[in-house]
Amino acid sequence: MRRGSWLRAVVGSPTGAFGVGWLALVAVAAVASPFWTPLDPFATDPYAAWAPPSTEHLFGTDSVGRDVFSYVARASTTTALVALASGATALVVGVLLAVLGSLTPRWARDSVAVLIDVLVAFPTILIAMALAAAFGGSLGVVVIAAGTGYGVNIARVSRAEIRRVGREDYVLAARAAGVGALGVVTRHVLPNVAPLFAVQLSLAMATSILAEAGLSFLGYGASAETASWGRLLSDLQKFIGVHPWSIVWPGAAITLTVLAFNLLGDAVRDAGDPRLRPRAATPADRPGVVS
Amino acid sequence: MSLSIDDLHVDLGGRPVIEGVSLSIGDGERLGLIGESGSGKSMTLLAVLGLLPDAATVRGSIRLDDRELVGLSDRDHAPLRGAEIGVVFQDPRTSLDPIRTIGSQIAEPLRLHEGIGRREARARAIEAAAEVGLPDPAGIVDRYPHQLSGGQRQRVVIATALIARPRLLLADEPTTALDVSTQAEVLDLFRRLVDERGTSLLFVTHDLAVLRRVVDHAAVLSAGRLVEQGPVRELLTRPAHPVTRGLVAASEATTWRTT
Amino acid sequence: MIRFTAGRLVLFALGLVVASVLIFATLRLLPGDVAQVIAGTTGSPAQVAALRTELGLDRSIVSQYLDWAGGLLRLDLGRSLVTGTPVGDEIADKLAVTLPLAGLSLVIGLLIGVPLGVLAALRRRRPLGTAVSVGAQVLAAVPAVWAGMLLIALVAVTLRWLPTQGFPIDGWSDPAAALRSLVLPAVTIGLVEGAVLLRFTRSAALGALDADYVRAAAAKGMTRDRALVRHGLPNVMLSVVSVLGIQVAGLVVGAVLVEQLFSLPGVGRMLVADVGRRDLTKVQGELMTLTAIVLAVGFVVDVVHRSVDPRSRERGE
Repeated sequence: MRRGSWLRAVVGSPTGAFGVGWLALVAVAAVASPFWTPLDPFATDPYAAWAPPSTEHLFGTDSVGRDVFSYVARASTTTALVALASGATALVVGVLLAVLGSLTPRWARDSVAVLIDVLVAFPTILIAMALAAAFGGSLGVVVIAAGTGYGVNIARVSRAEIRRVGREDYVLAARAAGVGALGVVTRHVLPNVAPLFAVQLSLAMATSILAEAGLSFLGYGASAETASWGRLLSDLQKFIGVHPWSIVWPGAAITLTVLAFNLLGDAVRDAGDPRLRPRAATPADRPGVVS
Repeated sequence: MSLSIDDLHVDLGGRPVIEGVSLSIGDGERLGLIGESGSGKSMTLLAVLGLLPDAATVRGSIRLDDRELVGLSDRDHAPLRGAEIGVVFQDPRTSLDPIRTIGSQIAEPLRLHEGIGRREARARAIEAAAEVGLPDPAGIVDRYPHQLSGGQRQRVVIATALIARPRLLLADEPTTALDVSTQAEVLDLFRRLVDERGTSLLFVTHDLAVLRRVVDHAAVLSAGRLVEQGPVRELLTRPAHPVTRGLVAASEATTWRTT
Repeated sequence: MIRFTAGRLVLFALGLVVASVLIFATLRLLPGDVAQVIAGTTGSPAQVAALRTELGLDRSIVSQYLDWAGGLLRLDLGRSLVTGTPVGDEIADKLAVTLPLAGLSLVIGLLIGVPLGVLAALRRRRPLGTAVSVGAQVLAAVPAVWAGMLLIALVAVTLRWLPTQGFPIDGWSDPAAALRSLVLPAVTIGLVEGAVLLRFTRSAALGALDADYVRAAAAKGMTRDRALVRHGLPNVMLSVVSVLGIQVAGLVVGAVLVEQLFSLPGVGRMLVADVGRRDLTKVQGELMTLTAIVLAVGFVVDVVHRSVDPRSRERGE
């Protein structure tokens, strides 16, 4: 399907439009907020703690008087960086494992298949905990954990697709014509599996945002000097008894962003290759690992 | 049981798939419906059954004896299926529930319409399996679809379609998914059962050679419209419409001949 | 069937081995001197040296691993570096909270996800089906900790029915009180897991709706909805069972976060604390336990699924 019409189909559907629209908003905030926010996101003002929403503080203030709106906006940069880095890591890990597991001699294929089956069961958060125990918590830990966790899933999902494409006539023809394995991969296999990867990338980024939120909440993600939606949730949690509804803003931000990625992934899948539409479920089908 | 279809129009997603088709089958009569893929033949059967896709709209009339079927709710249509109208679908690999036994599936119409108990259902299922020539009927009722061959599965489907003695049988390419030698056997079985019971038959196929083995009269569909109708012999020897001529040419390419 | 089970058992054992190697290797990747890092700036050279011997750092890394793995086989997970208590005992203690929490969450997730998923498929062109489907999409995007906090705010603070924190000190001696402490946490995890299950069930049910055998069943004399429930649903259920193994991973994630949020004395919360204290021996044991549980459940689910599906039986059996 030609790229132009494909893109139009994605943006045309209501869910796709929402996904693209919200992510565009987040992207703008992510790029702009390090340079400008209505107020300093880190400035504390104990006398102004727990102010309700007003024209000065759109989302009110928190326990130490920080402007929640500015903080949430500033944290979008963290979210964007984590999402992009995790997505890239997931793709690299996924493609590597998938290619190793499908276009290599039999013994390698089988070993990788077993490895993938075993690794898929590992909850992302345990990977993160292991890394945090070794290196201390950080956003890097989040990215590596989410990236490898979802990367293995991408490998599993795309391995079958790569094998299938590898058997198609045009690939066999290319190999018969003497095109080397790498050439076959880059010129024939990858472009055809690309729509699948686009969807998986979207889901990987969604998963990584949830992972960052959870790990920052636990204290092993973003550091105190970094604005993070997850950290804000953790800060506000102590006061839930007294100020229960302050948590709405960071939570909604996370939810809407994750939702946007999920919907975008769905829209891309529906607009692209019809083979990717949901088939009748068979016992072999499994959804991706959820963080 | 007579079936008369009058000026039937079916639209699917805004596109017309059946445009003004009219045909009729008298009590005990057999009619073939032939055309290439996409001509609307399967849709006609589904319209009679009330099992068109959700997105389909239907206009016109389909009368079963005196009953009007167009516009019936699913709840009103359902009791007619199985008891008055039986159907044999095309692909025996997918028209059987993979996780239920053969016997339970054959007997299901009886349990739905006659409310019989499990023991009697099993006995009737074994009887039906024997009637369609399945090997070891008492054993086969306890097996699962994946354990049977394609031809055997299609016999199961035929047994199921006829077990509640419907007076109208619909068949949608019942042998297309089978290999050539099995095809002949199953077609002969079909013809025999329908003859014995005096059931009316609407038989859909794209293959004239198959058609002439089962029915004497046929209607030709093309792009949702009825283009020619008449005795099969006439259609084969003096096809009037170009579509019919094309079908005749295709059938002559089939390797086996009827005796 | 025997062959399949044996094969899966090998895969399970392999998974445990790979997990143990990865966990051990990752934790030993500490930059700098392991013992020094753990002892911190306050440790005296004597303490550091003692820690060294305790961790067996003077030996090769392979023999260190074999030591630990050997202990695992005897179910001896070593002793805590901070308190010296046996790790195995502590974990067993905390499992009494984590396992019931996970089980309850799974049940709630199934109760929410499966029926609503089927409903969303049956009513897919009506507002109800769309609403359920959209709701599930939104719910699947909600971070578990936020869901938990909202529930706490809603129920415990505004409506005051259930405890918001903690677990009875006497543990399960008063089962009712213990269960009440687990309700909110389990609902939190269950809601998010249920949303995932709902989307899967809906897609499986939609596939069944189009299936030939469902249409053929309706052709025997029942309405299409009834055909879907009677024939489509059992096949859908079979698919759902196959997915449960993966769901357990999500439950573990949920448990770690939720135990922290609700201050439940479970393995997850202990893990979080131990990572902070760099108590490597305990962390190893906790990670290994949780991973083993996930792998074990996956194994059991695979075997059960295979034994229930008639297609896996040998011909002529």
